[in-house]
Amino acid sequence: MSTLSAERGAYWFLKGARGIASLPAIILMSAFVGFCGFAVEAGIPFGQTVFMTGMIWALPAKVLLVGSILAGASLPAAFLTVALSSIRLMPMVAALIPEIRTPKTPTWLLLLLSHFIAITAYVFTMERIRDVPREHRVAFFAGFGITVTTANIVLVAVIYSTVSNLPAMLAGALFFLTPVYFLTSIWASTRDRAGHIAMVFGLALGPLFHQVAPEFDILYAGIVGGTLAFAADRLWQGRAAS
Amino acid sequence: MIGYASFDTWWWPYVFIAIAGWLATDMWRWIGVLVGNRLEQDSAALTWVRAVATALLAAVIAKLIIYPTGELADVPLALRLVAVSVGFAVFLASGKRIWAGIVTALGVLIGGQLLIG
Repeated sequence: MSTLSAERGAYWFLKGARGIASLPAIILMSAFVGFCGFAVEAGIPFGQTVFMTGMIWALPAKVLLVGSILAGASLPAAFLTVALSSIRLMPMVAALIPEIRTPKTPTWLLLLLSHFIAITAYVFTMERIRDVPREHRVAFFAGFGITVTTANIVLVAVIYSTVSNLPAMLAGALFFLTPVYFLTSIWASTRDRAGHIAMVFGLALGPLFHQVAPEFDILYAGIVGGTLAFAADRLWQGRAAS
Repeated sequence: MIGYASFDTWWWPYVFIAIAGWLATDMWRWIGVLVGNRLEQDSAALTWVRAVATALLAAVIAKLIIYPTGELADVPLALRLVAVSVGFAVFLASGKRIWAGIVTALGVLIGGQLLIG
């Protein structure tokens, strides 16, 4: 019986791995071509660019780290910049974990697999996880996360030497692909009303807080926008009920 | 203060990236796991956490469009905003087809640049 369940786990792992051929994964890879070009332009050596891709994985954090290196920031300043931008990973992981774990899933496994959570993996998983039997969701997520991360490490290594020949207009389009993809896919995969309200608030508050507190803009926009959206949703629900 | 270029050894940049990059991102993922482990599915707390995560992502999206890095910064802001708006409208009108929204937005962005010259 245990071999049967291991076999089914392998099946779902492979099913997740097949997500490498999905729209989110392909768009992420295009975005990594754009990032690789940025790193080359910034003068980050080959080994460090590949190392960053695997170790940080979240694309915006990498862009900020390269930006900090370019600006000659000190280690504490660079750490703070990247850490502040990465706080957003915390609620993303916290929202994803209850969807994939079972009461039996060991915490160390989730800690290990959490490394593969970034925006794309979050969107991909949230979109498809409800069609995966609960006991195989961790395998499904691991299959996708590990495959996509490995593929992008290889991709960055392979294109590093040729990426600077990319035409400027195409490179610009690659940087544009990511936000447009996030916007449409998160909207499409959000099922609850609170999520859609949160999206609108976040879009408006991000640039607004950037004017007031550029260091903490994403964080403030998330907490304020998310809380307002949550409150608005509850209010709406209360009205509908009464 | 210690920085990226402080030590002239091959391994120092890797230590710098590991601390300022890897540790600075993965520590939040680990905290997220510990928090997520305590959240019940379909609870109000989870709805709130999800709303915060979504608003954070939306703020990242808006910043990537309005304050971009790399070559995209050379494209006029108005063109970027028109491209993403038209793309999103086509996405909604096509019954939430993601590829339709993306193709439209990229088409407007590149077409607009060719028109401007």
